[in-house]
Amino acid sequence: MSTSIHVSTGQVAATLALVALAAAISLWRKADLERDIGIATLRSFVQLTAIGYVITLIFEADTLWLVLALLVVMVVFGALTARSRAKKVPGAFWPLLVALATAGATTLGLVVALGVFEATARYLVPVGGMVIGNAMTASAVALNRLGDEMEDSRGRIEATLALGATATEAAAPSVRRALRSGMIALVDSTKTTGLIFFPGTMVGMLLAGADPTDAVRLQLILLYALLGSVAIAGLVATTLAYRNFFTPAQQLREL
Amino acid sequence: MRRVLFELLDVSLARGERRVLDSVSVGIPEGATAIVGPSGAGKSTLLRLLNRLADPDAGTISYRDRPLDSYDPLALRREVSLVPQLPALLEGTVASNIAYAARLAGKPAGPEHCLRLAGLDPDFAARDVSKLSVGEQQRAMLARALVQEPAVLLLDEPTSALDHAARDAIEATLAELRRELEISVVLVSHDPEQARRLGDWVVRMQEGRVTDSGPLAEVLA
Repeated sequence: MSTSIHVSTGQVAATLALVALAAAISLWRKADLERDIGIATLRSFVQLTAIGYVITLIFEADTLWLVLALLVVMVVFGALTARSRAKKVPGAFWPLLVALATAGATTLGLVVALGVFEATARYLVPVGGMVIGNAMTASAVALNRLGDEMEDSRGRIEATLALGATATEAAAPSVRRALRSGMIALVDSTKTTGLIFFPGTMVGMLLAGADPTDAVRLQLILLYALLGSVAIAGLVATTLAYRNFFTPAQQLREL
Repeated sequence: MRRVLFELLDVSLARGERRVLDSVSVGIPEGATAIVGPSGAGKSTLLRLLNRLADPDAGTISYRDRPLDSYDPLALRREVSLVPQLPALLEGTVASNIAYAARLAGKPAGPEHCLRLAGLDPDFAARDVSKLSVGEQQRAMLARALVQEPAVLLLDEPTSALDHAARDAIEATLAELRRELEISVVLVSHDPEQARRLGDWVVRMQEGRVTDSGPLAEVLA
């Protein structure tokens, strides 16, 4: 059974019909998303084509330094992107950067140490991309919720500080809810995987002609790794970010 | 003359362009002090400075003859307890809120005594805070503060969200507290009549400045 599949540019272009359908629906129902759909389509084409060439180069060179450099770039861009979703959190970039770096390093380190994947570009690049991408989404959602929580719960947090609680104690309920928000989407999709939707890796492998059992096993490995990375990213991001709402004298900052 | 609890000297605080407190110098003695004035006078902000929920931009504040910033803020807040204007209890029961405050202060958690002091029946201990009326929540906030056995109670408009009956009940509770406990109270109120009923020392504020302070009989004659 073949494990590779050739996709022509013409086939890609044909699927633009579905993009046109999405734009038409937006136009018809006045959702005002046509421009965004256009930008998203163009950006995904340019970005994926570029990364395709970069990955080809990295696979051919097969050196860990290049893999590491690519992962660092992913972490930095991931943190910058997630920051735009966490506007209410002061100084959100550094907590996000540390969160993505920790999630990526821990998850990839563990799967290599446990012998699940080899420490080669062929495994580290795609798995690293998935891990950092999911960590980015989770930490962005978590910090977005944290910003809302700290705003909405200001009275309760200050009342708790007034009792002599530390900032950590006063913020704990908000931090807990923020972490939960960051993790819940992946936990729920993991619960329903195989029943309601087929995850991307499995679909890709099946389309490429892989044995379904292999596709399932690889998908399970990735889902479990993603659960770990999302939890680490959410934990690190919320744990570092909530401190930015407080002064060293355990006071809520005026924002 | 009673002993001075808090001494403020040239205290100023700005929020953006607005000077919320403008060179405030005033002494607050032991006993019951009412800070009165219209909305926006800076009363609540001044109260928040007294247990370091905020720090002034300029000037000095002392508590019992020591600079306020020389106290550990957490220990200070357990000794000088602030009950905010709007109830803000933690999720759970009245008892779990009281136990939380008691644990922070290292005090025994028995809720009955402080519920009684706050004018609530001991049965309220098991009640979920989300099921309480605003007046009951305000009393639960008071009970939660009292379990820490503070030396000073800072009350920010404690009856502003209540109807007349609930207001009278809280005021009676506060008067009873003052009789039962050796506790000083600093009360913020926009109502001079409430200051008359509860205070024996008055600080009058307007537009971020102290315009008058002294014994009740002199300031609100």
